[in-house]
Parts: sequence; structure tokens; C-alpha cells
Amino acid sequence: MSVLTERINQIIKPENLVYAKTPLLNDDAMHYCPGCSHGVVHRLIAEVIEEMGIQEQTIGVSPVGCAVFAYNYIDIDWAEAAHGRAPAVATGIKRVMPEKYVFSYQGDGDLAAIGTAETLHAINRGENIVMIFINNAIYGMTGGQMAPTTLIGQITATTPFGRNADLNGYPLKITELIAQLPGAAYVTRQSVQTPAAVRKAKKAIRKAFEIQAKKIGTAFVEVVSTCSSGWKLTPVASNKWMEDNMFPQYPLGDLKDSGRADADLYRIKG
Amino acid sequence: MGELRLMKGNEVIAEAAIRCGCDGYFGYPITPQSEIMETLMTLRPWEDSGMVVLQAESEIASIHMVYGAAGAGKRVMTSSSSPGISLMAEGISYMAGAELPCVIVNVQRGGPGLGTIQPSQADYNQATKGGGHGDYSLFVLAPASVQEMHDFVILGFEMAFKYRNPVMILADGVIGQLMEKVELIDHRPRWTNEQILEISGEWATYGKSQNRKKHIITSLEMDSNTMEQNNLRLQAKYERMKEVEVRYEAIECDDADYILVAFGSAARICQKTVQIARQKGVKVGLIRPITLFPFPEKIIAQYASKVKGFLSVEFNAGQMVNDIRLAVNGNTKVAYFGRMGGIVPTPDEVEIALHQRFKN
Amino acid sequence: MTEEIIIAGFGGQGVLSMGKILAYSGVMQDQEVAWFPSYGPEMRGGTANVTVILSDERISSPILHEFDTAIILNQQSMTKFESRVKPGGMLIYDPNGIIHHPTRKDINILKVEGSRLAVEMGNPLTFNMIVLGAFLKAKPVIKLENVKKGLEKSLPERHHKLIPLNLAAIEIGQENLVVVQEVEVGN
Repeated sequence: MSVLTERINQIIKPENLVYAKTPLLNDDAMHYCPGCSHGVVHRLIAEVIEEMGIQEQTIGVSPVGCAVFAYNYIDIDWAEAAHGRAPAVATGIKRVMPEKYVFSYQGDGDLAAIGTAETLHAINRGENIVMIFINNAIYGMTGGQMAPTTLIGQITATTPFGRNADLNGYPLKITELIAQLPGAAYVTRQSVQTPAAVRKAKKAIRKAFEIQAKKIGTAFVEVVSTCSSGWKLTPVASNKWMEDNMFPQYPLGDLKDSGRADADLYRIKG
Repeated sequence: MGELRLMKGNEVIAEAAIRCGCDGYFGYPITPQSEIMETLMTLRPWEDSGMVVLQAESEIASIHMVYGAAGAGKRVMTSSSSPGISLMAEGISYMAGAELPCVIVNVQRGGPGLGTIQPSQADYNQATKGGGHGDYSLFVLAPASVQEMHDFVILGFEMAFKYRNPVMILADGVIGQLMEKVELIDHRPRWTNEQILEISGEWATYGKSQNRKKHIITSLEMDSNTMEQNNLRLQAKYERMKEVEVRYEAIECDDADYILVAFGSAARICQKTVQIARQKGVKVGLIRPITLFPFPEKIIAQYASKVKGFLSVEFNAGQMVNDIRLAVNGNTKVAYFGRMGGIVPTPDEVEIALHQRFKN
Repeated sequence: MTEEIIIAGFGGQGVLSMGKILAYSGVMQDQEVAWFPSYGPEMRGGTANVTVILSDERISSPILHEFDTAIILNQQSMTKFESRVKPGGMLIYDPNGIIHHPTRKDINILKVEGSRLAVEMGNPLTFNMIVLGAFLKAKPVIKLENVKKGLEKSLPERHHKLIPLNLAAIEIGQENLVVVQEVEVGN
């Protein structure tokens, strides 16, 4: 037991304990910037895995982007995918081990730009996996360039005068697109900027993992997130900016919750 | 003796995969090798052995599905033809970097670009010198018969797990479409979870139990010193392959004045050239590299002091000839003859080329 | 014994399946065989050809520049392959649709009216078996009993009821082979 833990235990008596860090989340200092949503979402995933008691059956697939090192923090087996290929990697793992829990964790560039084909086709096949999508409308790791979900007028390193639809096209509402796919079982959009939002997001993640056990299609959870470094705002100002600008474009709530479609709707007549 | 059948090279890849207990195939259709997945889908191995067969949305997705499944310690494979292999280059580099075992079949067609659907060997450099980024090597096998298409699937998986390295079966349109007699191995079961634990339990991602550290499949390393160590470990592995895994066939080389060097279906053509030339009294032999990486440089070096010349015969602009030149190291004349764009040379064309290249 | 054969005609004439039956029949009499098709984007109506090699020894090249026998079923194939028959070798053709008949003096030339006979049999699909019968008459490299076994192996079970019809077609082909030109040196 470390000196620090000993001291903490002297202060926090077991009878006063209201929250304990899940042992699935290790003590390594995360590399994420202050105010970043990744750390919160990592914790929620770790908690859900612990609470469901599925640590020994869960394999995570981390992306290329800020969350590339997700594998450093959650104490389960991981495969680190090439940029955009996490849904294909997750498909490969799940198909040869259908009894395991498999989830992918991707940012907006990974999931909605370079990996769009892998994303849509994995979900269209109704792969029984969970996909977590962190949408902060910017490329964090490479230094704040335009993402597919960057809003019109938003300033990034590659749209220094604001995203211009004539030049760069439009923000890609990929979650709305995904909700149209017959293979999707559950599609939801959440956020983690307030304790209430965190609780709702955790429920959604838990539900997504439970759906995986039912094998009724892909469970997809988008988390609208902040990137205070990329947005060049303080963490508090980032939350405000997200509420004012992201939420109108990416409204929160469930988009689909019906399981995958009945294949007979698409069957040939003979 | 195993079951004897008349089969196409492409079909036998599928049959051998099922019989050797392969866990999964992920692929995307492309001529001239689509029969591999078609045969698998017709045979429906998931009903008997539980082998997974999945048509992916692209070659890119295929190879990354292989990456995921191989990371779980399973015996998985993919197949494609030249343009599709280019798309897979990313995933192949990642697999080499993460040291994942798998079998990749390339039934080559002519390039560059969309090229032609006719046979070619123009991916020799891509297969043996990289193709993807970074310092890595594949274990490359070149089948010259339908029987070897069968045998190399089995050998391929053996090598893939022995070295934790991707293996490429570098075939071509001729061998893929050719039908010959083939002796099939008896059905072997897929590995059980206990066997996977025993073979790959140290690294595979099958779910972390409480009593071990988590396993991470990755090629990423931010610390350059560690990354250099990773590279040195890979290079040492390739050196071990060079020491113990070289395979070749030498035909009528002992008294030869000239030696043809050819792999795959080019070697079959050259066998006939050897017959034609010897009927005319010219002493010609043939060295057929079976492993293209590791390349059989020692045997070529040995003959370099004995023969008047080597002729490299390839369905490309002259790629393997450079490896022959390195092995020969200036000790005798080395020439090249080949055709491109899907043209397959005939045995007499090779004989004429041999005469022309070495007439002085 | 090694017999190197090219069969060439239109796609849809049964060129590849004739070659396949020949190859299967070779296997039935314990021979080494190779079957190598031309392949391309054409599905129906394009030109198709297949090389079949039957041998008592290990077969080297499946790619050949000259053949012991050429079985020619359309004009394009005649133009392409007449010159590639070995001197003293054999060319068998169906004269239907042939404008430029073979002119070489150093090869055996035979013909069989396969298309007409197939129509007379009431089943145009028997065409390739009639031609195969004619070939086997000219070059009895495979015993008929092995051809029957080859048919059983190469045809899916649901088509086995057609085997008697195929054998009848082979017989008609054998009876209707016409020698056009014979040369001294055979093989």
C-alpha cells in the first residue's frame, strides 16, 4: 500500500465512502489534457466492465488519435488498430470469439473520415460489438486540424479562417446516418460535461454492453466531447462552447433502440 | 495416402484451409482468385469445424479483420490479387510490426494499376522487399503446382506461428487457374482454447484473467530506444529464417553449363525448357526458389563458380534477377528474360532467350 | 506417353467442360493430368480455350507453344492454333462456321460435324461430347470405361442421369469422324 493510499484511508473512513475508483482503471497519470472528455469516458467503460463482471471476457480496440493509448489505462486485453480500422479489427476478434465482449473506441477522424467504410459496414453487418465514438469536432493528437464533424465557421489548424462549406463541405452527422442502418441495434448520443450527463452516459454504455450479450446488432454510443486544447479554450469555456455550438448540431438522446432489423423486410420474392 | 482429387489451385487453397483447421478467412473478391472465397462459401465450414468465412467490404477491412482475429491467437488468413494486396499493405505492415501470425495468398495479376487479370509475377519486390512501410519481411512461399498450393497453406500456418510473422503465398494466375491432381491431408480439428493458451497464451488477446498482465497487440512504441530494440528483434528473427528455412529445388544442375532460375509457374515452363535444351545438347539446369524470402542465395552462390551463366526467368521486368546478382556477386554472367502485362512466355521462347543471351 | 491437347472455340460450346472430362478420365486411368483454361472477362460468346495434358510422367509446363492435337471449334481458333500443331500432329475440327479450312500439309487433319449431329440428336448440348468421341476415335488415349468414370467424377450428382446421353453422343462422334488428310509420320 502506498503512503498516499494510507493517508487517504486515514481521512476517508469506509463508512463515509461514497465513491471508489474501479480497480480496472490503473493509477497511471493519463496523458489527456485537463478538461478532456476521454478520461471520463474511459472511467465509465471501466466501471461498466467491472460492474458487469466481464473483465476476463472483454477485449478493447483502441484507435489512432488521442485515445491511441487507451490500452494503457483500462486493465483488460487490447488490440491497437490502424487509423480508422478499429471496426474491422473488432469484427475479426468478435467473429472468432463470439462469446467474448468486444468494443471499439474511436474519435471523429478515425470513425467518420478515414474509417467511414469500416464503420458503416461493420454496423450494417450488425456485428455484435459496442462502438464508442468520441466526437469533439477536431483532430486533437495531430494538433487541432479540421475533423469531419467540425462545424461551419469553426477555426482549426487547417481551417484558420473557419470551416467553409464551399471549400470543406459540411459537418458529417454520421450518427444519424448510422441510425438508418438495419444492422444497428442501439444508437445514442450522450455527453459528459455535468454529473447528470455522466450518469446518463454511463447508463447508455452499460446498455450497449448488455445489448452485445443479446446478440441483436451493433450498439453505438456517441459522446459529444470537448477538446479544450484544440479549441483553445479553458475547460469551463469549452463546456459552454460545446453546449452552445455542438448540441444544436449534435442533439443528445437515443436515435435508435429497436435491435437490428427483421431480414425478411429485405428478402427477395423468389 | 490422403484423398486424391483433381482440383484448381484456387479451390485447393480453400480446401486446405478447412482441412488444416483454419479458424477464419476474411476476403474481398478480385480476379483471378475469387474462387477461393466462393469455394469456402459453398463448403460452409462453419457448420462443421466452426471456421469463420466473411466477405469484407474491402481488402483493407479484410486484412484488419485478420489482424484482430490473429491477435486473439487464432489461425486466420486472407487472399487477394495484386491491386488488393496493395490495399492490404497497411495492415500487413502493422501485422509484421505487432508480430502476428497469418497466411496471405496473392494470386498475382499484371500491373501496375488496375493492369490486367492475366498471370504475372510483378509483385516479387512488393512481397520480398516490403510493400508496406517500415523494415519488415514476410515469409514468402512460391507454389509451382496445385499440390504446393495445398501444402503451403499448411506449411504457411506452421511458419507463421513458429516465427509469429505474416506468411505470404505468392502464387500467380496460372497456378490459381490450373487444375491438377492433388493429395489432400485428412481433416484436422481447429485448435482448442487450451491449445491456443499453450501456443499463444503469452501474448494473445483472448480476455485477461486476474492472474496475468493484460495483453496488448500493437506496433506502436513512442520511445525510440525501445523501438530500435523492437526492430533489432525483428531483424534477428529474419536472420533465423535465413539460416534454417530456405527451401529450393535444383533440377539437373550438377552438369549444367547454364542455370535457369525461376519461381512459381515460370519454373514449370523452365522445366520444359531444360528438356528442350538438353535434347539439343545444351546442358541446362534449373534452380527453383521455393522460399522467396528467405532467398536461396547460398545455392546460387555455390553454382556461380561452376556455370557459364544464370538466366532469371520471370513474368515481370526483372525483379528476382537482382537477388541473383547479389548472390552471384560478379562471379559469373547473370541475365534476365521475362514477359510482362499478363503475357506468359512459352518454353521455346525461354530457350531462344537463353541462346541469345549467352551466344558469345 | 504424353499427349498435349488444345481445345478451342466459343464460350458456351462446352470447351472447358470437355477438357475437364478428359482430365478426369485421365485421372481414372492413373495418369498425370493438367488442365489450364484461358480466362478473361468474357462469360458467354467470347473465345475460350483450354490446354489438357495427359501423361505417364510428371508434367512440366502447363503453358505450351505447340500441341500434339488441336481440337478447333470456330474460325478464330483455327486462325490462332493451326500453326501451333506439331509436325505430324493432329487437327480435328467442326467445319460448321469455318471459312478458311486448314491448309497445312504436315499434319493429320480430321473433321466431325459436331454441331449438325448434336442438332440431329435433338440436344445441342451434346455437341462437345460428340467432338470428344471423334477425338477418342482418332486417338484412343483414354479407355471408354474411364471416360464414363470421368463423367461420373466431373458431373454433379444431379446430372448423373445425363451420363447415358453423353455416352451416346461420344459414340455418334466416333462413328462420324472423317479423315481429311493423313501424313506419314504420326505420333
